[in-house]
Amino acid sequence: MEELINKLKKEVIQQLNLEDISAEDIDADAPLFGEGLGLDSIDALELIVLLEKNYGIKIEDPKDGKKIFFSIRTMAEYITEHQKH
Amino acid sequence: MPAFINGIGLISPQRTAETPDFLTEIEGYFSDYLKCIEPSSYKPYIDPILSRRMSRIIKMGITSAKMSLADAGVSIPDAIITGTGLGSVEDTEKILGTIHLDQPFLNPTPFIQSTYNTISSQIAILLKCHQYNSTYVHRTFSFESSLQDALLQIDEGTASDILVGGIDEMTMNHLQITRRAGHWKPEPVNNLEMLAWDSPGALAGEGSAFFVVSSRKTDRSYARILEVRTIYKPADPGVLNKRLIDLLSAQSMTPADIDLVILGMNGDNRNDIRYFQFAEENFPGIPQAYYKHLCGEYHTSSAFALWLAANIIKKQLIPPIIRLNSTERKPIRNILVYNQYYNADHSFILVAG
Amino acid sequence: MSRRIFVTGLGIITGIGKNFPATKDSLFQLRTGLGPIRFLGANLHDEFLVSEVKYSHEELFGLAGIQETEGYSRNALLGLIAAKEAYSHARIGDLPGYRTGLLSATTVGGMDRCELYYQDFLNNDTRNIYIDAYDCADSTEKIADFLGISDYITTISTACSSSANAIQFGARLIRNGMLDRVVAGGTESLTKFHLNGFNALKILDKEPCKPFDENRNGINLGEGAAYLVLESEEMAGHSGNPVLCELIGWGNSCEAFHQTASSPDGIGAYLAMKKALEMSALDTEDIQYINAHGTGTDNNDIAEGRAIEKLFGAEIPKVSSTKQFTGHTTSAAGATEAIISILCLREQVIWPNLNFREQMKELSFSPVTELLRNVDVRNVMTNSFGFGGNDTSLVFSKFIK
Repeated sequence: MEELINKLKKEVIQQLNLEDISAEDIDADAPLFGEGLGLDSIDALELIVLLEKNYGIKIEDPKDGKKIFFSIRTMAEYITEHQKH
Repeated sequence: MPAFINGIGLISPQRTAETPDFLTEIEGYFSDYLKCIEPSSYKPYIDPILSRRMSRIIKMGITSAKMSLADAGVSIPDAIITGTGLGSVEDTEKILGTIHLDQPFLNPTPFIQSTYNTISSQIAILLKCHQYNSTYVHRTFSFESSLQDALLQIDEGTASDILVGGIDEMTMNHLQITRRAGHWKPEPVNNLEMLAWDSPGALAGEGSAFFVVSSRKTDRSYARILEVRTIYKPADPGVLNKRLIDLLSAQSMTPADIDLVILGMNGDNRNDIRYFQFAEENFPGIPQAYYKHLCGEYHTSSAFALWLAANIIKKQLIPPIIRLNSTERKPIRNILVYNQYYNADHSFILVAG
Repeated sequence: MSRRIFVTGLGIITGIGKNFPATKDSLFQLRTGLGPIRFLGANLHDEFLVSEVKYSHEELFGLAGIQETEGYSRNALLGLIAAKEAYSHARIGDLPGYRTGLLSATTVGGMDRCELYYQDFLNNDTRNIYIDAYDCADSTEKIADFLGISDYITTISTACSSSANAIQFGARLIRNGMLDRVVAGGTESLTKFHLNGFNALKILDKEPCKPFDENRNGINLGEGAAYLVLESEEMAGHSGNPVLCELIGWGNSCEAFHQTASSPDGIGAYLAMKKALEMSALDTEDIQYINAHGTGTDNNDIAEGRAIEKLFGAEIPKVSSTKQFTGHTTSAAGATEAIISILCLREQVIWPNLNFREQMKELSFSPVTELLRNVDVRNVMTNSFGFGGNDTSLVFSKFIK
């Protein structure tokens, strides 16, 4: 799980073009949206693309994103649960 | 009603951003196209949390808009009107590059950024400006239509300080595609040798210019915009000349009252001959200048020319690098900018002190 | 000089008809243009309903009355067909010597060909003629040349409010004394580019859209072109054209909130409608019907709904969205829905939301759900709100001499 979390941090930084931020700066349990990184609805859609492109997981309803993308850890847990092998 | 240019922000292939100098240093290039000299950092202008998803053209647009507002001492304009011929080429290409694939993973960001009105609306978002907002996208009429809309608003009394912009970008990919259509020189060229070429194809360029156009004169005012006219496919040069005379008569002027004509020759000999002919027929013996060797050809390049005209009037100085002849006129009160695109989209901008 | 702006010509082609009479007929038959994708070609996203113009690229040349030629995009052809209808309706060709403008709006431009031929653009010279047909100006210039209009032409692009802005700019050029008449409107053909794009934003509905419904699920894209002819009062005196209605007000405001969303209370929508009302010198109770932008997205309908409530207070006029008929024709929507609004005035009819079931819990009103005939409609407001927050409202009024 920790390996996936670190990988995800780097992928999120790249996908969302968070230029000034490194993986160490992101707390795995901190909320991604609202406070902190200040991500918005377009970022949520970008994360949906990330999940599909890198992990083969399709999210049909963007409203599900709220729970899945709450933090890096919740993303990692969702991927572990749903990833096609 | 008079319209004053009270603030300007220009990012161009010359050193025009973040400097009070007026073409004291000229950039010469040996290149496929002229690329903008961008600010060393956009952080002073745009919050990094927002700029991270912006492509180059949007950063340039927002930054030059902010520069012009600061120059004018205006915080929120009464209207924002932008002209762009091609919008965000980079974002459009990102999408087009994958569209033929079976599984294009379309990211939402480039799609949103590819809409032509994105620059105008992102400026409004940053300034929280709910006022009139529009975007014109018609080749070398794009900037002129924006100016026309602004002048109408001043006449209508619906706005006093209007942010008007002209922005276009070039990418290597787009250059290569449009080279197939015969628009550009087939090989890299030296921009400062433009007058010596005698071949088809222009020198491509890009730029982002914003102006605060106002009903009020202030101590920051550069010049007045008296007229903007677009002329579509005039049947022959005689028709164009007549439209010029009409424009000048509307301001109780004749060609003799023009102290400088700035011409849009771009290095394509099929095109440039028209400018020389126009100048010869209408303005023999008056100072003539050109500008696209400095910024290249792009749909909103007349915005660069307007920056030139405004500064020439304010500083009463014609930079030697733009001169086509050595005729002097002092003072320089009235300047005509003339641009055209393949003999279809002709425009005049009349600027005065 | 009179400041009145009269509508004297209409031209339209959408998924519900190849011209104005066919469109009118479909509307009265409550016939929708929605269906699975047929003409766009092999596509990933054929689970979505769209309203395509029911003619192939080749057939559109026939409708336009020109030989099949290389270099024409579907976008340009749709524009030619609709602009020609409006131009003929107002007999512009029979009345030369007056200053005539063309204000056309589009966002996709020639993208329908460009996306087909992009790999050729990159790799060979077989499709070079389409390279210059890509930009937004191309369709405008083809229409201008086709109709012989040259006094003033330009192209506007403000996403879904584009053609509404073409109409208000055209009206202002007339009012300012620069032109006597204009052909104003827009054209937008369906493309993979924007179908994929809207899908990436997850705002497309696989079912017929349900604007202002509690269970709405997004947009059905459409395609089409629509143009009005506007004349000054003086020009109308010269032309002797019957006046269809009067354009009495417009308002343009910016939401200035987010690139793809309106603020929850729709400040841009509110200001656009308010400005249009003020320019019309009308009170809120003078508007009998609002043809809403009503796309069926979560965000638009709540923002627009709240803005309507804020402006109209307790006396909300009849409201409906006609996007289930034509689909969301994006840049052509403003002009398409202007024509439907004008039809409301002429026929004293209000068209309904077709698939409405449940009122939104946030709003105090529901849209019209049945075709209403013999309604006293004197003033209609039509809204077009675009991505980036470019919001424009127009007010048309029954013509009184």
